Amino acid sequence: MATYNTSDFRKGIKVQIDGTPYLMVECNFVKPGKGNALYKCRMRNLLLGTMLDRTYKGGDSLESADVEDINAQFLYRQGDTFFFMDQESYEQYELSKEKVDEAWKYLKEGMVCSMTLFNNNPIAVEPPFHVVLKVEYAEPTVRGNTATGLSKLVKLETGAEISVPSFIEQNQTIKVDTRTGEYVERVKE
Amino acid sequence: MFSDFHPTASWKVLRLRSDLLHRTRDFFRTRGFLEIETPLLSHDVVVDRHLDPLRVTLPDDPRHPEVGRTMWLQTSPEFAMKRLMAAGGEAIFQITRAFRAAEQGRLHNPEFTIVEWYRQSDSYADGMTLLSDLAESLLGLPRARRVTYKEAFQTHAGIDPHRGTVAEVLAALESLQVEVPAGLADDRDGILDLLLSQIVGPRLGVDQPTILCEYPPTQAALSQVRASEPPVAERFELYVRGIELANGYHELLDPQVLRARNRANNQLRAADGKPTLPDESRLLAAMEHGLPPCTGCALGFDRVVMLAAGVSTIAEAMAFPIDRA
Repeated sequence: MATYNTSDFRKGIKVQIDGTPYLMVECNFVKPGKGNALYKCRMRNLLLGTMLDRTYKGGDSLESADVEDINAQFLYRQGDTFFFMDQESYEQYELSKEKVDEAWKYLKEGMVCSMTLFNNNPIAVEPPFHVVLKVEYAEPTVRGNTATGLSKLVKLETGAEISVPSFIEQNQTIKVDTRTGEYVERVKE
Repeated sequence: MFSDFHPTASWKVLRLRSDLLHRTRDFFRTRGFLEIETPLLSHDVVVDRHLDPLRVTLPDDPRHPEVGRTMWLQTSPEFAMKRLMAAGGEAIFQITRAFRAAEQGRLHNPEFTIVEWYRQSDSYADGMTLLSDLAESLLGLPRARRVTYKEAFQTHAGIDPHRGTVAEVLAALESLQVEVPAGLADDRDGILDLLLSQIVGPRLGVDQPTILCEYPPTQAALSQVRASEPPVAERFELYVRGIELANGYHELLDPQVLRARNRANNQLRAADGKPTLPDESRLLAAMEHGLPPCTGCALGFDRVVMLAAGVSTIAEAMAFPIDRA
């Protein structure tokens, strides 16, 4: 297993601590002139999303994590299990609803997502930044309420609910920003 | 090909840097100091547990560049400057480069500019006064306040760094929520350093520059140890806004003591899995001949520029830091 020494520590490396993969999001080198070199690191747990702060001294090392991002197409959902296919190897992966997390709101059959594999097992999936989805159900627009600033909740074809301007109607398609979960614009078909 | 050819410092900061270089020279010249130059590449090098010099091989035959004499890029010009003092130097200074392996961060670059000076007959107190004068003249700040290592640790960490036990230092770290890296808990100086770099240091020099003095004898480096009770090392460091700017010594004169410290440092280096460094040096020969009583100090010039310019990284105080060098 490859290792990273403290001199290789930097933002963006993926390491493994007690079998869990982490992404180093911050690394600060601190050293008194004549004293021990310290590396104050902040790492994101790639399984849970939680942050871990650890201080290492010069000469320490961490195992690298075998983490890889692939393009995977969302095939279908069966109960609480989501099925994907690697665009290159055509290998199929399944991911639980828990690991899919918020991404379920945007997953549409055929959509190509970024999937993270750790030791060849999928641990997370991210939809494209922008997705186009159909409004499956919307309360009819009340006449006279098409003015600016008003919004309403609609149900998308994925089953997710999202807040949109009041002029959006059922069966229209809209663009959504998956990073913020917000409505972007109406898309003409 | 290289999109990062641009300097990381602005022209405004580079002009300020030039101005500070001139002011540093003026400061020493008006006080009768002689500007000298010493080799960057030397057979000798400071032996310190936590200073890692860059080794250079001087090939005898350019077709076999890996075979030849071992030389060292200097971690500071200390050895050569003290040899000049032993050879009759009275008051000398230089502005030069120093190299330290594996030191890179917001306040570190493996190659940096150091201002170093020595003056014969200067007492410990004289050395601190001169450093305070220099800081005042370069940064336009009020005079430095002197705080002993003990006072600083009592105020900011609630422990006596000289008499406190390892367990007490660890308890202080825990109550201050400082994580102790694995393998450091049984290293008394290591955990004191941790308190200094995480808690005490960042609180020094906030309102007014602070000179930290009277270090534990185990951290004497190349300073004299005063036989007080408890004994203290006559070493001092300048802190401005929590940043360590300079380190000085009322210089150790006894070559036998330096030999013993070199050996101890090399044993610790070996235990840390680091290469040992030459025990013997021409500095020891100069000390056998006789080094006159003197006080010396070294200042991190890039950090001075950084503070004067009001920028937050030394990369913004130099044209090309290591990643763009």
